[in-house]
Amino acid sequence: MSKEVLDKLLAKFPDAVVSTHNRCGDETALIKRERLLEVMRWLRDECAFEMLMDLTAVDYLGEELRFEVVYHLKSLSRNYRLRVKARVPEDDPTLASLTPLWKGANWFERECHEFYGIRFQGHPDLRPLLLYPEFKGYPLRKDYPLDGRQPRLPLIAPEGKRFPRALDETGHEGEKLPEDSHEHGEF
Amino acid sequence: MPDTAQDLHTEVMDLILGPSHPATHGTIRLNVKLDGETLVEVDVEPGFLHRGFEKECEDHKWNQCVIYTDRLNYVSPIINNVGFAMAVEKLCGISDQIPLRGQYLRVILSEMCRITDHLTCLAAVTMELGAFTAFLYFIKAREWFYELLESVTGARVTYSWTRIGGVRADIPDGFADKTKVALSRTREVLAEIHRLFTNNRIFLDRTVDIGVISREDAVSYGITGPWLRSTGVAYDVRKSHPYLVYGELDFEIPIAHNGDNYDRYLIRMREMEQSIRIIEQALAKLPGGPVSIPDHRYTYPDKQLVYTNIEALINQFKLVYEELRPPAGEAYAYVEGGNGELGFYVVSNGANKPWKCRVHPPCFPIMAALGQVLKGYMLADIIPTFGSVNMIGGEMDR
Repeated sequence: MSKEVLDKLLAKFPDAVVSTHNRCGDETALIKRERLLEVMRWLRDECAFEMLMDLTAVDYLGEELRFEVVYHLKSLSRNYRLRVKARVPEDDPTLASLTPLWKGANWFERECHEFYGIRFQGHPDLRPLLLYPEFKGYPLRKDYPLDGRQPRLPLIAPEGKRFPRALDETGHEGEKLPEDSHEHGEF
Repeated sequence: MPDTAQDLHTEVMDLILGPSHPATHGTIRLNVKLDGETLVEVDVEPGFLHRGFEKECEDHKWNQCVIYTDRLNYVSPIINNVGFAMAVEKLCGISDQIPLRGQYLRVILSEMCRITDHLTCLAAVTMELGAFTAFLYFIKAREWFYELLESVTGARVTYSWTRIGGVRADIPDGFADKTKVALSRTREVLAEIHRLFTNNRIFLDRTVDIGVISREDAVSYGITGPWLRSTGVAYDVRKSHPYLVYGELDFEIPIAHNGDNYDRYLIRMREMEQSIRIIEQALAKLPGGPVSIPDHRYTYPDKQLVYTNIEALINQFKLVYEELRPPAGEAYAYVEGGNGELGFYVVSNGANKPWKCRVHPPCFPIMAALGQVLKGYMLADIIPTFGSVNMIGGEMDR
């Protein structure tokens, strides 16, 4: 069933599709990143892929086009699926945002951005989603160490005021905890 | 600016709900803008339970990742176990070799977990709406299934029951009889709960036409599960893409059309009845034979053989020290979780550890839509709506 979609895609965008395969029964198309929005719009409108089921990235450290952004599409009305992938290089990890096509792309792209550092152009709000704003680096990249630690942050209220019993450097508000207290996890 | 703010010269108020609010469950922060009690803007801020699931998986062998999948949705861990195992089996090309008994057992225990998942969700919703007694009814029924699952897996919450190529343990003697008792008692509990809630004025006031999502929005957000089915779309992975032995079992997909909290409550109640039907049929059809594939590149040989037979000893040694090595490639497998489609996207480079193990959590798209859904409702409506999402921090934040 989805094999037909792959054939249609190849016939419609012969210059945008880099390669296709259907190993493990998953029809997959690797497309050029410049054509992503155009191809996706066509897939949604003409091939009835109403749902963007999943979006993630894979880091192929050492390859020329280091990151591969993976989209899983699903058609409810025709009950088939397609995996679309696009490669982006490390020095310019940008890709068109799919938020104009699917509302669900918003959070998926935020997540992908914070974990892999891929910038989605045209995304309305690329704030971190699962990590906190002060987090440095992109933890799911292969060159981020497994035991990477982040500096401890002072407790700051949203308005910029300190909480009354904040553990600041002087420790004069409240009791100062021993140096390694963060080793015990948060309570 | 909303009208009332101009008429009464009031201001829009910022309120932070959570991360640990006594009237919600799950660690999440809602940054709310309020006009009186009306929600003007809701910004959902998850991530408090992020513990690097994907990063950890990339550092562990394939079978060791099963243990991490327990912690994704910890009220229905078996479904996660099964989903992950199916993804790796798809990658290895051994999906069709899993013995029939193993497949039936996976279905039976998955459905038990679906019941515990729905029971937990509804228990939390009703408790947060003030009905603490009902919470105990639900949890009483959940306990029977926990005991049954414990008798198979040895654990009450973190089962880690599947292995790539099969399951870890067969069911003990007398399991079928105990299950039948538990199922019939659960039917009684469900009937009791129906009497308590389905026509309960207070419950109706809090849930009917609250938290409505349109079909277009649900589809555009990529929402699946009870949320999508409450808008009239009969999409269920078990029917649309039958996996394991679901194609051989007779069950229905309950749907509703209003897309509100009450519909989602009804759908969860009916789904539990369907799950009971599935378990009964699967127990009746349960064939004999092995539960794991006898190919010892994937599964351990019998312990007796390991001590007496050199080939079995070598197999065991190779599996422990080197683990299985799926061929390089990628696969996406999906199962119907308690909240919708639960997908695992695994990438292998031929090593004994995943290159990438992505989980698509079913409550993630629902939480993405929550801010929009809640807009315009009252502050108190957050509680039943958020409850009906059944957000599980473990799989939301990973």
